[in-house]
Amino acid sequence: MSGDVCIVGIGIHRFGRTDGLSGVDQGVYAVREALADAGVEWPQVQFAYGSSDAAGNPDTMVDRLGLTGVQFINVRNGCAAGGSALFSAQMAIKSGEFDLGLAVGFDKHPRGAFNALPSEYNLPDWYGEVGQMVTTQFFAAKIMRYMSLFGISQKTLGMVAEKAFRNAVHAPHAWRRQPVSLEEILEAPLVSDPYTKYMFCSPAEGGVALILASEKKARELGKPLIRLKAATMRTRPPASFEVFAPSIDVVADDSRPRGTASRIASADAYRLAGIGPGDIDVAQLQDTEAGAELMHMAENGFCADGEQEQWLAEGRTEIGGALPVNTDGGCLACGEPIGASGLRQVYENVVQLRGDGGGRQVAAKDGSAPKTAYSHVYGAPGVSAVTILER
Amino acid sequence: MKAIAEGLFTDETPARLIGGKDRETGRIVFPCPTAPTYEPVPLASEGTLWSYTVQRFRPKSPPYAGPEAFAPWVVAYVELPGQVIVEARLNDVAFEDVKVGMPVRFAPSPLNPDLSDSPYIPAYVPVAGGAA
Repeated sequence: MSGDVCIVGIGIHRFGRTDGLSGVDQGVYAVREALADAGVEWPQVQFAYGSSDAAGNPDTMVDRLGLTGVQFINVRNGCAAGGSALFSAQMAIKSGEFDLGLAVGFDKHPRGAFNALPSEYNLPDWYGEVGQMVTTQFFAAKIMRYMSLFGISQKTLGMVAEKAFRNAVHAPHAWRRQPVSLEEILEAPLVSDPYTKYMFCSPAEGGVALILASEKKARELGKPLIRLKAATMRTRPPASFEVFAPSIDVVADDSRPRGTASRIASADAYRLAGIGPGDIDVAQLQDTEAGAELMHMAENGFCADGEQEQWLAEGRTEIGGALPVNTDGGCLACGEPIGASGLRQVYENVVQLRGDGGGRQVAAKDGSAPKTAYSHVYGAPGVSAVTILER
Repeated sequence: MKAIAEGLFTDETPARLIGGKDRETGRIVFPCPTAPTYEPVPLASEGTLWSYTVQRFRPKSPPYAGPEAFAPWVVAYVELPGQVIVEARLNDVAFEDVKVGMPVRFAPSPLNPDLSDSPYIPAYVPVAGGAA
């Protein structure tokens, strides 16, 4: 195939809680919206990759969309499921075999913390019996270590959450769209130290669909070219610190953060796109907790470890800052339907590149819409997916 | 003292945690996997706090098998120098006194302190007079 894979249609079912609508319903809603946006009909779609963690098999939606015999592959890959579906979809077009396809993700999780069982993670039963099968413990311990190494304050964690809710006010697809003051965030009950309840995202519901096309097809459709310059998915390196870890390797120099799947996926995405972190105009970084956004700023190359405190103080990650981060409020304000979450980031980036962000629109230095956009997800047991879009 | 699972603690007094040493690479993990490629080895009794958090809500049951009544506890990652970093509880310390780097000692504790026959779980306590 010559040229780039392009995103020609986007659709979303609002995140949060939608009683009476199944996860698949929300996925179908998003697909119909994306088809209309692209100006194509379902029978033209040659293939689909669908991701869902807890809401059933995505391919069942052909019942609703039309029994065209379309190739439809289901993807499960932890929090990187949506990113993995998108990665697979772009490979199908890059192969030259297809011109037009769909990546769709949706989910619907029960209320409360994710409830994992040790056997699903190859862990002994006692690990759950003693109360360690709790994802929030890992996220809290990871930032606690990071704070002790690099002098990040709890106030800065609060500022990340404050920004998320403030941005989400302008994002119709977000769940929590009321601003919350920094004071209220910091004084809220602790869930897992140093995080208060506003600093963790919640499991949620939602659906996102993206229509992908070869560059040739995109030109035929007459759509503005949003180019997918890189989509990478990677797994963890040795000695990393991951969720549900009864033990971690000791290392010779432990004064630096450990290697992560995110660092690998990120470096590879920059290599493929032929640009660096300084060339990115807007970024959506996995923020399942406030500290994740800060650590992921460094893991994705945007700043050095420890610079985050100053970045936040200077407002560099605000909508009007040098690198706006999580412009729709991210996971903190949208919640996390696992199968859809990574695709929501890409949806938001397409909105930003098209200049359709309304009250949350990012402006490039010359006042026009941004030219480049970055997305990143991370999940258990050490998986990460990154995309770079360009227009 | 009955451990919550076989092969977690040594039989000696005081007991030590049992890790698994990869017979080929020498890498130590915890707990000791059942695969024959791992050799059970006793882990150091003392180490330092690598990181931590406080569990502030009662985990869902199953899998949590602790008492219905809930009191927050410290979830600790303890570095045993030259061996491995293990996850366990940290007892006998006020939450505001917990600091990364503080010296700690292995001291298993009952999962349910109100039961005389409660199984014991991996836990540490601050080293008395430690430099924390």
